[in-house]
Amino acid sequence: MSSSVKKKGFGATVWDYLTTVDHKKIAVMYLLGGTLFFVIAGLEAVLMRIQLMYPENDFVSAGTFNQLLTMHGTTMLFLAAMPLLFAFMNMIVPLQIGARDVAFPFLNSLGFWLFFLGGLFLHLSFFMGGAPDAGWTSYASLSLYSPGHGVDFYVLGLQVSGAGTLISGINFLVTIINMRAPGMTFMRMPLFTWTTFVTSALILFGFPPLTAGLILLLFDRMFSAKFFDVMYGGNTIIWEHLFWIFGHPEVYILVLPAFGLFSEIIPTFSRKRLFGYSSMVFATILIGFLGFMVWAHHMFTVGLGPTANAIFAVATMAIAVPTGMKVFNWLLTVWGGSIKVTTPMLYALGFIPSFVAGGVTGIMQATAPLDYQLHDSYFIVAHFHYVIVGGIVLGLLGSTHFYWPLFFNRMLNETLGKITFWIFFIGFHMTFFLQHFLGLMGMPRRVFTYMPDQGWDLFNFISTIGAFLMSAGVILLVLNVIITAIKGEPAGNDPWGDTRTLEWAIPQPIPFYNFRQTPLVRGLDPYWIEKQEGNKEGMVYAEPLGDIHMPNNSIVPFVMSLGLFIASFGALYSPLGVADDSRTWAIPVLVIGLVITFGSMIYRSLKDDHGYYVTVAEIEALEEELYGKKGGNK
Amino acid sequence: MAHDTPTVTRTSAQHEYYKQNNKATMQKQVVNFAIMIFLTLVAFSLVGAGFSANLVLPIILLMAGVQVVLQLYSFMHMEEKTAHEIGVVTMFMWTGMFFAFLMILAFVTIIWWNL
Amino acid sequence: MDYNTKFTPQTWPEHAEQATLEGKNKFVGFWLFLACEIVLFASLFATYLALKNKGPAGMEFTTQELYELPLAFGMTMILLTSSLTSVYAMYHMKNYNFKGVQLWMFITVLLGASFLALEVYEFNHYVGLGFTFGSSAFASAFYTLVGTHGFHVSVGLVWITALILRNAKRGLSLYNAPKYFVASLYWHFIDVVWVFIFTVVYLMGVVG
Repeated sequence: MSSSVKKKGFGATVWDYLTTVDHKKIAVMYLLGGTLFFVIAGLEAVLMRIQLMYPENDFVSAGTFNQLLTMHGTTMLFLAAMPLLFAFMNMIVPLQIGARDVAFPFLNSLGFWLFFLGGLFLHLSFFMGGAPDAGWTSYASLSLYSPGHGVDFYVLGLQVSGAGTLISGINFLVTIINMRAPGMTFMRMPLFTWTTFVTSALILFGFPPLTAGLILLLFDRMFSAKFFDVMYGGNTIIWEHLFWIFGHPEVYILVLPAFGLFSEIIPTFSRKRLFGYSSMVFATILIGFLGFMVWAHHMFTVGLGPTANAIFAVATMAIAVPTGMKVFNWLLTVWGGSIKVTTPMLYALGFIPSFVAGGVTGIMQATAPLDYQLHDSYFIVAHFHYVIVGGIVLGLLGSTHFYWPLFFNRMLNETLGKITFWIFFIGFHMTFFLQHFLGLMGMPRRVFTYMPDQGWDLFNFISTIGAFLMSAGVILLVLNVIITAIKGEPAGNDPWGDTRTLEWAIPQPIPFYNFRQTPLVRGLDPYWIEKQEGNKEGMVYAEPLGDIHMPNNSIVPFVMSLGLFIASFGALYSPLGVADDSRTWAIPVLVIGLVITFGSMIYRSLKDDHGYYVTVAEIEALEEELYGKKGGNK
Repeated sequence: MAHDTPTVTRTSAQHEYYKQNNKATMQKQVVNFAIMIFLTLVAFSLVGAGFSANLVLPIILLMAGVQVVLQLYSFMHMEEKTAHEIGVVTMFMWTGMFFAFLMILAFVTIIWWNL
Repeated sequence: MDYNTKFTPQTWPEHAEQATLEGKNKFVGFWLFLACEIVLFASLFATYLALKNKGPAGMEFTTQELYELPLAFGMTMILLTSSLTSVYAMYHMKNYNFKGVQLWMFITVLLGASFLALEVYEFNHYVGLGFTFGSSAFASAFYTLVGTHGFHVSVGLVWITALILRNAKRGLSLYNAPKYFVASLYWHFIDVVWVFIFTVVYLMGVVG
């Protein structure tokens, strides 16, 4: 249990990852799972762009196009962007606040397996009679009558993976509230920890409406309830409200951590402390709070009435204020700094104008009367891709380069990284910039083809070429990872040389208990402070070296999630369902799955799990093995 | 991390005080319970007596609010200033209730077309 | 202090449920979970309010005709009392009286079970009248809201029963004190939700 450095067999490694509760290993699993779904969703996007390359193209059928469209959106948001951000949160937040692990290591593992099996379930739809085809918003007026099981896969898959997300959200909140090292006050927390905190709060309040909405849709489709059935007094607007009460905070759930990641990268390579730290914290909280007041701006054209539209329009515009504060703070951090243009910094510098462009078009749509023109056109597609690719994806790619040495103790190749950036960045603007104009020219979104000679042909063609460039960028990044894995040298401590926060102070490779002694934090940017004072250790300690209490590994989270995965198949083929191919085994399978899940919950409750202690002797032996004779930092 | 609270033995005088104090708290809880039962009785009899809706609705909603505050602050001990990070907890609970209020307000006003 | 520390009433800490880091984590984490449950129930309440009395043309059920106050009153009294009994259990936990904890938790379970039995009776009665889950949007919203609460009650029953059984031989310790504490928090929360259900669904339903 103690030293994990020895080479293990394949089976043992798989077992280790199935049962692990170590936040660093779970982070790696989130990174792998997220990347898998990111690549799948990216492929779907490329297929769609190929279809739209020429007018009246017949590369894919209309039905397939709808499935690609739905799965691209759903996968990118729920199964790619969120897990990839969770990977960084899992890896970095406990290290940044000086903790041994997250507050609930068991739940951390459960959250991952729920996400992964939920995502897997959703993707099995491709092989089991067709994927969901009602759009990622799955409006009830459409999804209720979608034949086949596509929408059922959507409902069940998201329900399972959503539960995982909620669990992870609570876990991060408690970790940040309870597990901070001595001296790490709230106003000394690095900005990525702050954004993780606010994001987790948004998950806490944002996911229950989605859960409720999905339950209603599930009951309507599979157990003949009548929530959305107008004939029986139902109302489909209820779904739209519930979905967007979740859906709008979801945007901030994704973009706030990306803001946090850039707020780590920019000061590091400007070699200046973050400008306006407290206003950054304030802006983050304000964005999070306002994020719940604006959901109906997605529904201006529904006909909520001028009063409601006016209120939501004003609230939406108000969000520009804290967002603007953040942009100016980043600019003023760069201003006058001693700038080093590394790959992560390139991504950060590219992010600022791209994201601002997406933000400004957002304000345009907040103007309700103008939104009647823009609604459901390619202008919207351009807007949210500027926000999501320009904000979140650039953030993820940049931090992949930035944090790779923390994850794997290897540096990604810088030259290749810069080439990747330029190819991806040019491809991104090429794809989406022209779509603003396509929208203004009247091209509706979600169409699988269009007639020639409406002035849309050239822009669509260019847009597709841009999508190819973006794919080339991602392929280059994968190549970079492979090259690094084969040829990379250990990166060691603080490979960027100018890092500021606690996660870089820890010796590489990171021992499984993180900090041998809990660090003492003496201010904002603790590692920078220690470096400035010539402290070779990189941190001061709050306690003497003692036995370390660690949680036990467990297979139960995996079994629990597997139970829900199995139960989902039962619910899918429910005899009361909309699709008329129910199976006789449906109800038994549903019951078996739920019994597995609840059984393992009861097993978990009945058994005592006290964890174990790593003794001082074991710590010293392990550190000698990892870092040579001395122990502690190299 | 089991070494964060030292074991303290109360002297018999302290322990006597501790027990009395617990008992006094418990008595307060019983009084609060009586208030809750009373409020429930009033609510049900108001409705049973068939007063006009405009009178009854605000009163029963207010009484439900009072009951919930009693549950949260008395039974669930949100009033205990010494409890761990109770300030953060309180903030999250009230934020949740605020969002809940907002959502219900939206659903009773803008779900159906009635302008 | 350790999980294995043996206690007497005089050494038992005042906040045993928060004496260890794990206890503190559970305490804060469970409260946050309850904050999230508020929003979940708010979604269902909001849906219910939007769909109240909405059904197919000629639907014969309205809240005024359907609901029976005496039954709702009985259920309310039972659940409110069960809230008090779990307060008693926590009172005994503070005094390190394990038998008291078990006894009062057991009474809580009994009261919860009788509440659930009444709810099953009520649902059964309505279904007998033809007010089935799929008969109207109103029915779906009613059964989903009240049923979700009932589901929470049954989860609570299984949970507390499991706690009583698992700890019967173990006695009170710093390991299971937080377990009892969060279970009682959960039970109070169920009561909080019920306060709104009896007010918003039953009382407001009868008022019209």
